[in-house]
Amino acid sequence: MLEEVSAIDQGDMIINIGPQHPSTHGVLQLVVTLNGETIKKVEPHLGFIHRSIEKMCESLTYRQFIYVTSRMDYLSSHINNHGCALCVEKGMQIEIPERAKVIRVLMDELTRIASHELWWGAMAMDLGAFTPFFLSFRERETITDIMEDTCGARLTMNYIVPGGVMVDLHPDFQRKVKAFIKLFREKADQYNELVTGNIIFQSRMKNVGVLSKEDAISYGCTGPTARGSGVNCDIRKLYPYEIYDQLKFDEVIETGCDSFSRYLVRVKEMYQSISIIEQLIDNIPEGDFQAKTKAVLKLPKGEFYTRVETARGELGVYIVSEGATTPYRIKFRSPGFSNLSALNHMAKGGKIGDLVAMMGTLDLVIPDIDR
Amino acid sequence: MWSLGNITHSIDAWLNESFNPALALLIEFVIVGTMAIELFAVLGLVLVFMERKVSAYMQIRVGPNRVGPKGMFQTFADTIKLLLKEGLTPSGSDKFLFNLAPVIAIIAAMLLLAPIAFAKDFQMWDLNIGVLYVSAISSVAVISILMAGWSSNNKYSLLGAMRSGAQIVSYELSAGLSILAIVVLVGSLKMTDIVASQETGWWLFKGHIPALIAFATFIIAATAETNRAPFDLAEAESELTAGFHTEYSGMRFALFFLAEYVNIFIVCAIGATLFLGGWMPFHIGQWEAFNHVMDFIPSSLWFFGKTFFLIFLIMWFRWTFPRLRIDQLLNLEWKYLLPISMFNLLLATAIAIFGWHF
Repeated sequence: MLEEVSAIDQGDMIINIGPQHPSTHGVLQLVVTLNGETIKKVEPHLGFIHRSIEKMCESLTYRQFIYVTSRMDYLSSHINNHGCALCVEKGMQIEIPERAKVIRVLMDELTRIASHELWWGAMAMDLGAFTPFFLSFRERETITDIMEDTCGARLTMNYIVPGGVMVDLHPDFQRKVKAFIKLFREKADQYNELVTGNIIFQSRMKNVGVLSKEDAISYGCTGPTARGSGVNCDIRKLYPYEIYDQLKFDEVIETGCDSFSRYLVRVKEMYQSISIIEQLIDNIPEGDFQAKTKAVLKLPKGEFYTRVETARGELGVYIVSEGATTPYRIKFRSPGFSNLSALNHMAKGGKIGDLVAMMGTLDLVIPDIDR
Repeated sequence: MWSLGNITHSIDAWLNESFNPALALLIEFVIVGTMAIELFAVLGLVLVFMERKVSAYMQIRVGPNRVGPKGMFQTFADTIKLLLKEGLTPSGSDKFLFNLAPVIAIIAAMLLLAPIAFAKDFQMWDLNIGVLYVSAISSVAVISILMAGWSSNNKYSLLGAMRSGAQIVSYELSAGLSILAIVVLVGSLKMTDIVASQETGWWLFKGHIPALIAFATFIIAATAETNRAPFDLAEAESELTAGFHTEYSGMRFALFFLAEYVNIFIVCAIGATLFLGGWMPFHIGQWEAFNHVMDFIPSSLWFFGKTFFLIFLIMWFRWTFPRLRIDQLLNLEWKYLLPISMFNLLLATAIAIFGWHF
């Protein structure tokens, strides 16, 4: 409070960006101290969409709590479910069938592409270009259709359960995914030409929001945000789960440390995900889609931790069990929270326009940060 | 050749016969004023509809399609909605300036219609400093934006207004200089002279490189002066929610909106007059037969065709490019556009002196 008063005395302006603002992409409030147009301090205020998901999970059984996690990072709900399922399986020591593993990876990567597509459109819209938003939604729509076929929902999908997946794949799945890959390959280069190659876009992104490798590590950034700063942090490579160690794909790392390299990481990741899907789509093994599990899951007493790579970074699931049917304590380590904490450091000295671009490159999903 | 001029001349003659000259002039003023307001309203309706359809086409959407055939009456419905809406005045605002700002915006836009030649012999006021008048009045628009931003007592509005002030004052320079390049070639500021000088070909084609450079500069500066994307920093939806008109609602907002679209029409009309020959049909030097065929297309069609082509160009920019940042915007003007247009003016002067143009 004292700090704010002294800032006003110096002729600075304090402006509230959010919680209702077009570019915060949710109910995030940023208290920004400005000197003219130059940013002196950014202070994120959280809690507007806190639903106490962790507490809710503690009163739900190990089968039930997974459905709540789709509402955290709603753009990568399959991956959230995946992380939770992995943690429960680790505790119960359930071996899941090959087919389920492949389906899970396929779903994860489709979710990742859908999430990055939406981010790409929103990113361009943050910079004032509206058209890419509509273009990216066209591709995202095909993925959403595939998801709808598979699990019935278009946004808060629930498909991955402890022991495998909920139901078998839709008969149309392979055909539709192949059609999507074809569409993606056709359009992605056009989009790169429209946005990535645009000189205004590049000048808005390059050397803006610099986050050095050391800072990225010390703020705990993960995912594309950290990989844009040259940090080697892809969970799929470092701690491979399911069948990621058998797949051929590259961890995308850019060393520019600015907004543009974070942008490039996400764009290139879409191509990597497409190549993963291409490797798997014709090689889905036959067999069960779910392992035989007990009707009531009871984790043995102890602590269990797993991590997965969501579209935004590392999601950690930490379960403390007392041996009951419900977890004693659940903690999610969400990627968005740590990434957001680096915003003040990045934004200092930039303009308001830069702040919006930086928030775009962090790919914030507010329900993931607040939970 | 038939032209709108015949009608205006016969009305003028009949009025002067029937009434004494002073009364006749007064009646003419009323008629012209009414027509200007009508044109204003029609332009607003047409341009808003056009923008929505153009953006829909570029964004693989359909656009408005419910009200009337192909959604043509959508803008009417919107206007009625805006008229019926409550016009809120924020409690901390400077009420007098807050209410005055949209009126000034609309008056500035309206005044700019005066010297524009819509067709052959069809012009409200053919004053001898036509182009100078346009660049003088168009600077008034910035006052209304500054006023709106300041009186709203809102930080977003203030930021938007300050940006807009810096932007319009800067881009006025290169817009003025690129206009001057053509004025130097013509040797007159009068709109009729400028149009008449393009009888053998439009300045864009016969003015060599200076005219091309001036045209490019003018289009960029015009986009910036009308606060259109990629220079829409005064509004900057993703940064400042709605910039200088954040606090405006109802008809006051509609006035700003209307003024913006009419301003687009006016800068495009000026651009069409200076570089694309105004109402002058497409003529090629000595090709008598070809020129004669072209003359059969009414001059008003030529004028509106060219103007709407330029408007489409500006809309195309808006739905393609991301927005610039404020410092990049000013860099572009002061480091690139202004030196280029100054040098270009010298070049145009040299060409005019030595008579190198066609």
